[in-house]
Amino acid sequence: MPRLNAGTRHVVRFTLNGRPAAFEVEPRMLLTDALRHLLGATGTHVGCEHGVCGCCTVLIDGMPARACLTLAVQAEGCEIRTIEGLAPSPARLSILQAAFRRHHALQCGFCTAGILMSLEAFLATRPDPSAEELREVLSGHLCRCTGYAPMIAAALEAAAKLREDAVHV
Amino acid sequence: MKPAPFDYLRAESLEEALAALDQGGSEARILAGGQTLLPMLNMRLARPALLIDIMRIPALSAISLEQDAIVISAAVRQATVLARPTLGTEVPLLAAALPWVGHFQTRSRGTICGSVAHADPSAEIPLCLVALEGEIRLRSRRATRRVSAEQFFVGMMLTDKGDDELIEAVAFPKRRPGEGYAFAEVGRRHGDFAIVACAGVVDAKRMRLAVAGVAERPVARDFPLLDGTALDDALNAFAWDLQARDDIHATARYRRDLVRSLGRKVLEEAAACRA
Ligand code: FES
Ligand code: FES
Repeated sequence: MPRLNAGTRHVVRFTLNGRPAAFEVEPRMLLTDALRHLLGATGTHVGCEHGVCGCCTVLIDGMPARACLTLAVQAEGCEIRTIEGLAPSPARLSILQAAFRRHHALQCGFCTAGILMSLEAFLATRPDPSAEELREVLSGHLCRCTGYAPMIAAALEAAAKLREDAVHV
Repeated sequence: MKPAPFDYLRAESLEEALAALDQGGSEARILAGGQTLLPMLNMRLARPALLIDIMRIPALSAISLEQDAIVISAAVRQATVLARPTLGTEVPLLAAALPWVGHFQTRSRGTICGSVAHADPSAEIPLCLVALEGEIRLRSRRATRRVSAEQFFVGMMLTDKGDDELIEAVAFPKRRPGEGYAFAEVGRRHGDFAIVACAGVVDAKRMRLAVAGVAERPVARDFPLLDGTALDDALNAFAWDLQARDDIHATARYRRDLVRSLGRKVLEEAAACRA
């Protein structure tokens, strides 16, 4: 691949929530900024910008990633999922989102997008998690409002519901 | 908190990456999982002129088994190694330590070799490599060489790697019959860097204890089989020799205390699980 020059913008193509997407970025642009400022996908939040808070978590090829520790140019050819892609339709929440709402697992909501993306990835590989395992997943996120307990309850309930649904398909 | 400008090269082959590294010299940096490099770029603690992304080089994504080692290439992510079903029987110490490396959300990106290259004195992966007497395999455009873990880690975030070299792979010795292994660490929260981490390896003749988070690099010491107060005394001497210092995370005294207590715990556990 030719070397991408620091001062010029380069086209990067990928899929965003199942649809083809592209942006034009300098190599130094972070994925957080490219998603938010160039595509207007402001659901992905930015808390600390150095990998500590987890607010910016998105899925890259199904695996969680801190978007603030990812260069936009690294997205080339990848499948990116963000909070905007979680709900099945604008009028319906996903099972996990609905459980968060029921359990008051969010207050200000600043941390929520990242946490939902993490749990989405975790439940996909671990459909029957223990509260202990969920606590460990949440250790990669900071929430200043909820105290985390309602998130564990919501995730356990969502996992049970997802397992039930899987049986009935 | 935005990186300073740099050129970016997504290398498609090892040769391309090595040529760029050769040309770029100290101005070039290898980008693998980015979990330590990106924070440093964001905070402008590092300002390379060129980033060489090696994650799409097919030859660097292998985990291979040799006679007595498991060899993990540069682009292998920590989560991939942790998910390996046979890891617990192949390298039990690494299987015990990996869940303590960062978080679920960073292990999915971070690489084993990246952690070795960064050489944080409290990091778990370099600690395991030193405890097990593993090896780092370096490659430059001109040559390849192998360095023992003990010689590779030179100081605080300082290694024996030259500017024109990249870590092609690291080799973890496989479980040896008759050996037991144990790992323990204390940190403020799970996933934070350890205040002190200890790895123990015990066989029929010796006990080996490696300690991270105290000296400027992971340090190991071999003891004959000891117990009771003889073990306490040996651990106490080791704890003092590591020359702990006070910092914002913990006092030197607390660190020495952790070396004594965690050290004893891992050596006893390792002895108990000798297979
Ligand atoms: S904004 Fe990315 S981890 Fe805090
Ligand atoms: S809901 Fe406010 S930070 Fe988590």
